[in-house]
Amino acid sequence: MTEPDSAAAAALDAGDEAGDERRDFLLIATSVIGATGTALALWPFIDTMNPSADVLALASTEIDLLPIEEGQSITIVWRGKPVFVRRRTAAEIEEARATSLDALPDPETDEARAEKPEWLILVGICTHLGCIPLGQKSGDPRGEFGGWFCPCHGSHYDTSGRIRKGPAPENLARPPYAFLDETTLKIG
Amino acid sequence: MSQPTWKNPIVAWIDYRLPIFTFTHHELVDYPTPRNLNYWWNFGSLAGVVLVIMIVTGIYLAMHYTPHTDYAFASVERIMRDVNYGWLIRYLHMNGGSIFFAVVYIHLLRGLYYGSYKAPREILWIIGVLIIFCMMATSFMGYVLPWGQMSFWAATVITNLFSAVPLVGEEIVNWLWGGFSVANPTLNRFYALHFLLPFVIFALVFLHLWALHVHKSNNPLGVEMSGDADSIPFHPYYTIKDTFGLGVLLVVYFGFTFFAPNVLGEPDNYIEANPLVTPSHIVPEWYLTPFYAVLRAITFDIWFIPAKLIGVVAMFASIGVLFFLPWLDTSPVRSATFRPVYKQFFWLFVIDCVVLWYVGANPPEGWFIPLGQFATAYYFFFLVILIPLIGFFERPRAVPDSIASAVTAGADPHREQS
Repeated sequence: MTEPDSAAAAALDAGDEAGDERRDFLLIATSVIGATGTALALWPFIDTMNPSADVLALASTEIDLLPIEEGQSITIVWRGKPVFVRRRTAAEIEEARATSLDALPDPETDEARAEKPEWLILVGICTHLGCIPLGQKSGDPRGEFGGWFCPCHGSHYDTSGRIRKGPAPENLARPPYAFLDETTLKIG
Repeated sequence: MSQPTWKNPIVAWIDYRLPIFTFTHHELVDYPTPRNLNYWWNFGSLAGVVLVIMIVTGIYLAMHYTPHTDYAFASVERIMRDVNYGWLIRYLHMNGGSIFFAVVYIHLLRGLYYGSYKAPREILWIIGVLIIFCMMATSFMGYVLPWGQMSFWAATVITNLFSAVPLVGEEIVNWLWGGFSVANPTLNRFYALHFLLPFVIFALVFLHLWALHVHKSNNPLGVEMSGDADSIPFHPYYTIKDTFGLGVLLVVYFGFTFFAPNVLGEPDNYIEANPLVTPSHIVPEWYLTPFYAVLRAITFDIWFIPAKLIGVVAMFASIGVLFFLPWLDTSPVRSATFRPVYKQFFWLFVIDCVVLWYVGANPPEGWFIPLGQFATAYYFFFLVILIPLIGFFERPRAVPDSIASAVTAGADPHREQS
C-alpha cells in the first residue's frame, strides 16, 4: 500500500463524508417511511376485530313497564347483556337514600342513579369480572345489603346497585335510557 | 463426534444437498447427553409427544366442529355420539390438555430444582416460559369452543380481566369480543386462534430445542459435562429411557381417557351456554386454578390502585416473574442437591403451589380467602426475595468436579467434605 498524498486524502474523506450523509439520509428516510407504512398496514388487521356494523346496529331495546309489580324485577337483553329493571319498594328506596356516602367504595347518591326513584335500571354485569349477580328472582340471595350478590367472587350490591362489599371496584353501571311515556322504557 | 457416511446412494445424494440425515444423526443419535440423567429428565420429550398428539387430534376434531354459537354445542355432541370414533378423539384431546400441563409443570419444577435456568441456559428457560404462556392462551380458547356454560363464563371472566387496564380497558374488552359481550364473533376468533397457537408453540419448541442443543442438558449434579467420561450418546441410551417413560405416561393418559374421561372436567360444561345465567360456582380447569387463586387473593386496594387491577397484574406476574429467575438467583451452584437451604424452601414452594391449586378450585369464602392470600404471599416471597437472599447466605455443599468423578469413589477429594 502506498500513502496517498494528504490533500487528496482529505478531499477523498470529505467526499466520502458527503456521500455518507446522503446515504444516511436516504437510508433513514426510507426506513421511516417503510416502518410507518408497515405500522399503518397493521391497523386494518387490528380494527377488523372491533365490533362490526351489524353488531353496532343492535343499539336499542324498548320494554313495557306495565306488568311489573312493586318489588318485582325483570331482566331484559340489550346488546347481548342483561339489563336489570327493578321496581323498588318504598323501603328499598328509603334504605338506598339513607346510606351515607362515606359507607360507599364508589360514592354516588341514589338520586343520581335512579331518574324515577321507583325504577332502578342497571346493566346486570358485576363490575369485577363480568358475572351476572343474583337477586333478580324472589328466591335468590341478595347479599348483605338487600340488592344483588355476585356468586363468582362474592361482591355485595345494595338496593341502589352500589358496591358495598367484595372485590368489584365500581357500582353496577347504568345503561343510557329514557321513559318514552308513563309505561314505556327505551334502553340504548 | 463421528461424521456419518451414508452408504445408501439415495440418502447420500439427498444429504449432500440437504444434510437432513447428518443433522438428525448429530442431534438425535450421536448427541452427547449427561450420563446421570434421572427420570425427571423424561418430561421434556414427553411434553413434545403430547403436543403432537394434541395437534393431530385437534385437526381431526376441526373436521367435524362448527364454530358458531348456534351450532357449536350441538356439533360437539354430534362428535361424541354420531361421528365414528369421535368420542375417542375428543376425549383424547380433552384429557390431553390436562396431561400436557401436568407434564410441563413437572418439567418446570425439575428445572427449578436443578437450576436448569442458570447461565448459559437463560434463553432456553425464557423460551420455555413463553411456551407456558402460549399453552395457557391456547387451552383457555380451546375450552371456550364447546360453548357450554363453563366455556361461556370462563370466556367472560377471563376477557373481563383486561377491563382492569386503566383508561382503555373497556375498549380493549370490546375489541377482544368483537361486540359488547362474548358472542359469535368471539367464538369465531377463538377458534381461529386456537388452531393457530399450537403451531406457534411448535415453533417455540423448535427454538427451545435449538437452544438446548447448544449447551446440552443440565443434569442432577448441575455441573457441566467435561470430557467423554461424562456423556453418553442420546441413542440408544435416552431414546430407550424416554420410550419407557412414554409407555408409563400413555398408561396414565389412556387410563383417564377410557375410564374417567370427565373426572377432570366440570359437569356444567355439558349445559349449553346461557348468557343470562351465571353458574353458581365458576372454576377454571385444574391446571389454571393456582393462578385463579392469585387473582382472587387481592381483595384490597393499594393507595389509588384498585384491587381488581392489582389482582390481574399479580396473576400475570405469577408466571411473568419466571422470566427473571435466571437473574434473581444469585447462587453459583445449580443443583438443589448441594443447596441444603434452598432445597427446603423449594419443597415449601411446591406445597404452596398445591395450596394455591386447592384454594383456586374452591369458592372465595371463609378461610379460603386468608389461606389464598398467605399462599400468594409465599409464592412471590420465595421467587423474588428468598431466591436472591438464599444465594447470598447459604453455604452450599461441595460440588463434584465432574459428573464422572462423583461416581468414581475416592478419586474426588471434595467428596468427604460434606
